[in-house]
Amino acid sequence: METALRRKEFLGGVRDESPILLGVVPFGLIFGALAVTSGMSSAAAQAMSSVVFAGSAQFIAAQLLGADASGVVILMVVFVVNLRHALYSASVAPHLQGLGPGWKLVLAYLLTDEAYVVTITHYNAEGDAHGRHWYFLGAGLTLWTSWQISTAVGIFIGAQIPRSWPLGFVLPITFIALVVPALRDGASVAAAVIGGVLGLAVGGLPYKTGIIVAALVGITVGMLVEGRKR
Amino acid sequence: MNPWITLVGAGLLTYGIRLSFIVLMGRITVPDWFQRALRFVPAAVLSAIIVPGLFDRGDAIDFSVRNPQVWAGILAIAVAWRTKSVLLTIAVGMAALLALQLILG
Repeated sequence: METALRRKEFLGGVRDESPILLGVVPFGLIFGALAVTSGMSSAAAQAMSSVVFAGSAQFIAAQLLGADASGVVILMVVFVVNLRHALYSASVAPHLQGLGPGWKLVLAYLLTDEAYVVTITHYNAEGDAHGRHWYFLGAGLTLWTSWQISTAVGIFIGAQIPRSWPLGFVLPITFIALVVPALRDGASVAAAVIGGVLGLAVGGLPYKTGIIVAALVGITVGMLVEGRKR
Repeated sequence: MNPWITLVGAGLLTYGIRLSFIVLMGRITVPDWFQRALRFVPAAVLSAIIVPGLFDRGDAIDFSVRNPQVWAGILAIAVAWRTKSVLLTIAVGMAALLALQLILG
């Protein structure tokens, strides 16, 4: 593959991921601050951002570690909270089939919410799909780098981050920016509305298992709406 | 359990989940309905995180009309729908929240 195409795809991923950093960087700052104030060492907090690399699971794990929860409980919670990534994995898998094992190992590591949505939108776009894994790499590395740096800054300034920052809002607003522009037809709107309403209705289920239940019903409704139009 | 063991375990679990279908799909045959279902993954999963998140104010779930996050969220959805701009959506959503927090408390 020619270098020009690789560079164009890679830089395309960097460009399209960049606006999302407006939501990701505050999230990373707050994670770094919360991890050290809940009792983790700076080294462990920073390591978590590269080893786990999953924002919402990191928040919960850091709080549980600070509360001296057992390791087994923490692992179970992380598993459930990150289970949605199995759906992302299935979703990108058909596009990665032609790639070697090295690419698959690297891109799986970079498969976060924010990199996934940007990348899958690009994979589903019209035109020549050649070289789109470079776009995935560009988007994923942009997010990875900003997550590491914002975690480090958060650890450094720690408790100086005001408690009044609306932490609960940074994640949903970022996801609104990602998902709403990609709603192209009635079926995907139905999947989103049902997923959202049910997410609220079953939100009380322990450790965010409600997300999986709501998502599966939303996906099913999307397919039913799509099927009726055929 | 040593926190470092927990941390590495959490990383391996997360990585395993992310790698699962990427590795599996080349080896098993995936049914057609499954392939069709995948198109709805982003919309359904992210919405299931978005809507509860708008009502969650950190220390409590707030269903009142004085919850500024819900109004800022609705505005952000409108901006995202009209402009399709990620940057504008996040910027307007955050600015609206800060303004509404001053008004609604």
